[in-house]
Amino acid sequence: MISSGAELNAYKNKVLAGGSKYVSGECDVVYVGMATCGIAAGAEAVFDALNAEVQGRGVVVVPTGCIGMCYAEPLVEIKKQGKPSVFVSGADAETARKVVAEYLDGGDSSAVLPDTRGDKQTRIALRNCGVIDPTKIDDYIAVGGYEALAKVLTEMGREGVISEMKKSGLRGRGGAGFSTGLKWEFGAKSEGAKKYIICNADEGDPGAFMDRSILEGDPHSVLEAMAIAAFAVGADEGIFYIRAEYPLAVKRLETAIAQATELGLLGDNIMGTGFDFKLSISLGAGAFVCGEETALLNSLEGKRGEPRLRPPFPAQKGLWDKPTVNNNVETYANIPAIILRGADWFRSVGTEKCPGTKVFALAGKINNVGLVEVPMGTTLREIVYEIGGGLPDGKAFKAIQTGGPSGGCIPAQHLDMGVDYESLGSIGSMMGSGGMIVMDEDDCMVNIAKFYLDFTMEESCGKCTPCRIGNTRLHEILEKITDGNGTEDDLTQLKDLAQTIKSTSLCGLGNSAPNPVLSTLHFFADEYLAHVNEKKCPSHTCKNLIRYIITEKCIGCGICAKVCPVNCISGEPKKLHSIDQSRCIKCGECLPKCPSKVGAIVIE
Amino acid sequence: MENEKAYALLDEFIDGLQVKQGALISVLHKAQEIFGYLPQEVQDYVAEKLGVAASKVYGVVTFYSFFTMQKKGKFRVNVCMGTACFVKGAENILEEFNRQLGTETGEVSQDGLFSVDALRCIGACGLAPMITVNGKYYGRISKADVAGIIEEVKGATAND
Ligand SMILES: Cc1cc2nc3c(=O)[nH]c(=O)nc-3n(C[C@H](O)[C@H](O)[C@H](O)COP(=O)(O)O)c2cc1C
Ligand code: FES
Repeated sequence: MISSGAELNAYKNKVLAGGSKYVSGECDVVYVGMATCGIAAGAEAVFDALNAEVQGRGVVVVPTGCIGMCYAEPLVEIKKQGKPSVFVSGADAETARKVVAEYLDGGDSSAVLPDTRGDKQTRIALRNCGVIDPTKIDDYIAVGGYEALAKVLTEMGREGVISEMKKSGLRGRGGAGFSTGLKWEFGAKSEGAKKYIICNADEGDPGAFMDRSILEGDPHSVLEAMAIAAFAVGADEGIFYIRAEYPLAVKRLETAIAQATELGLLGDNIMGTGFDFKLSISLGAGAFVCGEETALLNSLEGKRGEPRLRPPFPAQKGLWDKPTVNNNVETYANIPAIILRGADWFRSVGTEKCPGTKVFALAGKINNVGLVEVPMGTTLREIVYEIGGGLPDGKAFKAIQTGGPSGGCIPAQHLDMGVDYESLGSIGSMMGSGGMIVMDEDDCMVNIAKFYLDFTMEESCGKCTPCRIGNTRLHEILEKITDGNGTEDDLTQLKDLAQTIKSTSLCGLGNSAPNPVLSTLHFFADEYLAHVNEKKCPSHTCKNLIRYIITEKCIGCGICAKVCPVNCISGEPKKLHSIDQSRCIKCGECLPKCPSKVGAIVIE
Repeated sequence: MENEKAYALLDEFIDGLQVKQGALISVLHKAQEIFGYLPQEVQDYVAEKLGVAASKVYGVVTFYSFFTMQKKGKFRVNVCMGTACFVKGAENILEEFNRQLGTETGEVSQDGLFSVDALRCIGACGLAPMITVNGKYYGRISKADVAGIIEEVKGATAND
């Protein structure tokens, strides 16, 4: 049990001298990235092999959270004392074992890779991800964990915390960008003996995985921040609302809560200050709208996740009608650092209006798929080309999508824009939760808009008409266009309807659902026009608008005819073959099979 | 699992709840874990036990995509159709599973072994396109891997 700030300090010194000493760089460490992606790529076997290998070498092997270089999984990071980190990427257990052993023994190091994360990143929310073992509270305490809570409880007082948070300028990372300090102040001012703190870990934006990574890599930071929030607003109970699709994050949270409770950092009379706080976990059940905080509250009450009208705001009347403060996972992850290092330090990072950093999940057509954390104001170009390493296969950049189903597609001409809430909003996109999907010349923007509408149409809770019916109609029009039956009139209709849905929907889901349509219509109008006027899909995606044809170059080898699943290719041996367009299902199987030096099959 | 034993497990969970208020979703999670799906009979049972209207239970079950009223296959193939996977060709992979297993998305194969579903982002977008089979992850897969995965899964049972 840790029952005072002094005891926390003593505990820290003890673990720093013992099992957690690697965090201060006092021995060589081998990290294995063991978040969901790492494990999916085979990190468990790599970990076991390395653990067996280093026995007796005075080196520790640490299973850690997301290192951020997801493209390189399974990923091993070797940190020798006094040397920069090196990496072993994509290796199976046996290869990893050999390379690591050789490098540790000072042998050939040509098989290890340098750090490619670049110097554009600043890690605040991710400060412990990839640095500690997330399943050990000792490691977290060794890097200063729970010191912010101690400081808050013993030195700052409730008002002190709120004023520091307001001063820091931290804005909600869940998408809306509302001032965290102000929200806490509303919560604190609300009358009531019972108040709740909630952590929104619903992360419904497909393609975003930063909240999962934080929970899997550094769960205690979020726990600690929730305790700080509870103290500030006067709550004694906290709830994690987390997606059921994230089993590992749930497990890590359960472990963290049990450990913190055992050490007395959660529970009654925390650090002898009389402050009580308990935490529980509630699972979502696969509904995107439940990320919207009032829908989330209904879901927590065991109901259908339909949003509530606001006001009253949750800070006044939330869960079970009690004052409730909800923040996003990443928002929380910043807080212990802000408390310990101060608002001024935090403001020194990022921009005037948006201090601090933002974590982005960089995915899609990009070389270095991964989790990146950059100061607000970093340009999209820096993110895509310097950190992300550009696009694979020499393809041309077409757009970067931010904000998920609520956001928009940003074309190349805006790559030099610095990202923050306002700048993204000004060009019809959104910060959203931080998903960034890079698209190349092969992605059809009309089809992408349809993809998002398909998503929002299914995820609409159905409570309000503009969202329920309007989005279905939008989807139908898009379908008509990608099927090759669209007209220019349809484009006008799309725009009108989209505007109506935006201005009349009940919640943020409906208000933002048309954004993908509006932004692609605005920036990629030529693609829409090609679909409706020329009945062509310039990126060769929409099946009804393309034809596979065999040109004169055909040598009649017959390979294409063999792979065609519907037998619609015919021709005599060594003679020009042809495709029966009426039967072709446009599966595309034949094209890559045509010998590359012949290249007779083309898409039109 | 025999029905009686299954209901006993569910009873145990519900009786062990400290607060029943608002517990419907967690009870349904448990029930689906036990029964594999939520047929009307199970929904009625939950309603009765928790003292809420059966219509409310039905309303919740149909609202959340995680809950299913349809029996699933012994092997549940979930193909991620999140954005990162979508731009990397997830649609083709979903099609290929359905083609090889003779299923439609959301359905069970005739032998009852496989069901194929589309899922929204499982958060492993770095390994897109991504699928899971009974919770096991397979990343960076292509159409050509589909047959192998089906064989691997089937083979694993032959050994039990
Ligand atoms: C449709 C919709 C989905 C949302 N999904 C999430 C989500 O997955 N995670 C999240 O933190 N916030 C989400 N939000 C925003 C929340 O309503 C809320 O603003 C946020 O959790 C507040 O925390 P913050 O101030 O720390 O950002 C969503 C909003 C809408 C309208
Ligand atoms: S989009 Fe498929 S795992 Fe995220």
